[in-house]
Amino acid sequence: MTKMTQSADSGAAPLVEVRNLKVVARGEDGREFPIVKDVSFSVERGEVVALIGESGSGKTTIALAMMGHARGGCRIAGGRVRLGDSEVTALSDAGLADLRGRRVAYIAQSAAAAFNPSRTIMTQVVESALIHKTATRAEAEIKARALFKALALPDPDRVGDRYPHQVSGGQLQRLLAAMALITDPELVIFDEPTTALDVTTQIEVLKAFKAVVRDRGTTGLYVSHDLAVVTQVADHIVVLRDGAIREVGATGQIIDAPRDDYTRSLIAAAEPQPRGAALLAEPSAPLLEVNGLTAGYGGVDSAGMPYIPVLNDVGFRIHRGSTLGVIGESGCGKSTLARVIAGLMPRARGSVKLDGRILAPAIGSRSREELRRIQIVFQMADTALNPATTVGKVLSRPLAFYHGLSGPALDRRVAELLDLVKLPRKLAARKPAELSGGQKQRINLARALAAKPDLILCDEVTSALDTVVAAAILDLLAELQRELGVSYMFISHDLKTVRAICDDIMVLYAGCKVEAGSREAMAKPPHHPYTDLLTASVPEMRMGWLEGAGAHTGAFASMHGGRVVSRAGCAFYPRCPLGIEGLCDRERPPLRPTVRGTEIACHRSDGDLMGLTVHGTEIAGHRSDLDVMGRPSAGQRSPTIAATSI
Amino acid sequence: MMNHDVSPPVLAEAPPAPRPARRLFWPRIGFAGTLGGSIILFWLVMALFGGHFAPHDATEMLDADVFEPINWLYPFGTDYLGRDILSRVLAGARQTVGIALAATVLAALGGLLAGLAAAVIGGWFDAILSRTLDAMISIPSKLFGLILVAAFGSSILVLIPTLAVIYLPGCYRLVRAAAVNVAKLDFVLVARARGEGSFYIMTREVLPNIVGPVLADFGLRFVYVVLLLSSLSFLGLGVQPPDADWGSLVRENIGGLPYGAPAVIMPAVAIASLTISINMLIDSLFGRNTDRKGAH
Repeated sequence: MTKMTQSADSGAAPLVEVRNLKVVARGEDGREFPIVKDVSFSVERGEVVALIGESGSGKTTIALAMMGHARGGCRIAGGRVRLGDSEVTALSDAGLADLRGRRVAYIAQSAAAAFNPSRTIMTQVVESALIHKTATRAEAEIKARALFKALALPDPDRVGDRYPHQVSGGQLQRLLAAMALITDPELVIFDEPTTALDVTTQIEVLKAFKAVVRDRGTTGLYVSHDLAVVTQVADHIVVLRDGAIREVGATGQIIDAPRDDYTRSLIAAAEPQPRGAALLAEPSAPLLEVNGLTAGYGGVDSAGMPYIPVLNDVGFRIHRGSTLGVIGESGCGKSTLARVIAGLMPRARGSVKLDGRILAPAIGSRSREELRRIQIVFQMADTALNPATTVGKVLSRPLAFYHGLSGPALDRRVAELLDLVKLPRKLAARKPAELSGGQKQRINLARALAAKPDLILCDEVTSALDTVVAAAILDLLAELQRELGVSYMFISHDLKTVRAICDDIMVLYAGCKVEAGSREAMAKPPHHPYTDLLTASVPEMRMGWLEGAGAHTGAFASMHGGRVVSRAGCAFYPRCPLGIEGLCDRERPPLRPTVRGTEIACHRSDGDLMGLTVHGTEIAGHRSDLDVMGRPSAGQRSPTIAATSI
Repeated sequence: MMNHDVSPPVLAEAPPAPRPARRLFWPRIGFAGTLGGSIILFWLVMALFGGHFAPHDATEMLDADVFEPINWLYPFGTDYLGRDILSRVLAGARQTVGIALAATVLAALGGLLAGLAAAVIGGWFDAILSRTLDAMISIPSKLFGLILVAAFGSSILVLIPTLAVIYLPGCYRLVRAAAVNVAKLDFVLVARARGEGSFYIMTREVLPNIVGPVLADFGLRFVYVVLLLSSLSFLGLGVQPPDADWGSLVRENIGGLPYGAPAVIMPAVAIASLTISINMLIDSLFGRNTDRKGAH
């Protein structure tokens, strides 16, 4: 804050100045309540300021106010927003229409929803330039191609002719950025642009954004809940909570020397500490044993294999009281795995054994006792609770269904369950819509616990929650495991979370198990090239991380762009830096043990894979002086980009 | 979750928003809704106790003068036989409202059960049921009604099932469409994983979440049934003399039309008042608050 005030005093007025901004929302009862309370900050020309906070902190509301927009049911009730020489809050509708898309551009979280599926990408990218008449169609298209190139999009000359569904999610997000930048806006608002992406994709998108912002001297407002991501792109950070500013500071200061307690708790939650591992001595007979599991969607062919295979020959064991982490990108089959085990989806091949007894594939053929012992908890806490019933009823049903409880015994047990998940007992009378996201997820857990299960399948249970709330849920899971000896299969796309809670980790790629082992063993190389890529892609809360780390990610794609693999080969071959032509693309590698006691499905030897990490850093070292565009990177010009601009 | 003021507890969750003042099911329905509701209530009371309020005997020929205009003795005039129209309209309320209500309840219950089952069970069951009922929708309803009544003769016991069968497929379509969306939500999946039977999932998990559209549809369908029943009666295939519902009142007095007799207008007005007021009530009940989830 001090720095920003100083620079404002020193003559050049900041590009954006927000003073005492107040936004109110109208509740169902018609009364208005504040959602942004007296917020003031400024953005200097050419710098990126991040708004960070949990859901409901007002960060998106503030970002939208930069365009003079308030969402339905909300209105800007006070304060002023100045952009350059215009008072945004005082502009007429015509003035706002002129401002939006030309002087302020907005990059939304969901690129898929921001593009019209029935028109080509180019038509949509140049649209705002044509509306604001900043360029002719031909000029705009030339500029768009230059932007595609700057954003490191493959085939920049022709990608515009495609339709939105013909490009990947990460590419679409970059195309959305091109759409925003086509009019050379003074301010670009990034609203959680990488939140919906996989980590490996996120890194590419972040790099492209950063290069473009730097080269064009764009002023940006970056809205995110992820401190690690923000650290990579922002010069200043504004920490928000409940619509009020908690702390404003340079990125380095916020990360290394946070002044506010809330900022500290955010930072602590972003780096989950390992929870007490289950210390059950004997590796007795496994609780759950899965062998050669194959499943998919669509019909089945003559060999009984599904037309659209999702899981391919997956096998693992879960011991009593321990946690298996299943990790992989979206579409890798991790949720399908949970559904097949729970009996919600049929399996084509393989077996699922509970305590040595084979479970029937379909729910209808399993006994109630078998069903009781495996419970499933879903990601979306909102849709996993029946909105028409009360929390008490939600928890009562499994108690009555599995244990035949009724009357006072039932009420007592419901109260105990609420205690167990650390919720007040009076919540039993409420409906799910009256609870917060974290509370709903606790109810979901309590419902699973009501059955007194041996195994809980947790399908991305913390992914939809804010970092701080998710950390509390992880603590609760660990505590319940210690108290009740329940086992978990913990499915996640977040490596940090899995490392924090799991005893064993299994990495899935395209439905195949590519690596598995205990947490300790998995902490060291050799790793499967995919695990290595995943690890390298998780953003670290360290300035300058983006420049160095994950550099070989880009190398992967550039080295083998467009490689195809037959169905018989290794699914990871097209992205693999170590792929052997003639072997990896033809033959699926079998799982083999490594020196560290893990299992890896790779044709390469341990030695080769050990070299990957070294090799990877070599690539990183080699490439870190060149950024995505092949221009000298910021890392070379100064220790960290953020430090330069402050 | 936006308007709370608490010091930041480290690693603790934000408490939920203060509970919005609980509104009972009977929400503010506005002027149109209140008016509609009152008219419906009036006709329901008339259907039950119409005879007590009637100034004359509905079947007695009171006056030699037919198609009399509105006067003090006969507020709605007299019909083609000199009977009091007000008394006959009040008596007809029982026929119209009673038959239509019974038929609508049958159609709604049948459609509800079939629609829920199709959505929850799915697969072949859904496909066969849906195609069968689609085939029924494709038969023009008035012709279908005419054929059935012509085949089995006209009595209340034929009329009610006929009307119910005609309107069941539409109700099924609506329930199925609403239920399919609910049935793929995670909480239904949780119930399935728990091992719950189809009937439990239909009635406890899915039904409570589609009550709104189902009730709205019930009201609208009641309107259609009233109109179809009146049409059949107007064609002489509905309620038979000496009983008369509003449709047959219009028909038997159609001869008064050239004289501008209120005998034709008043039963028609009764039909219109009932159907329009049902629409008004439903619109005010379900027109707003359609978003049941708290938007964040």
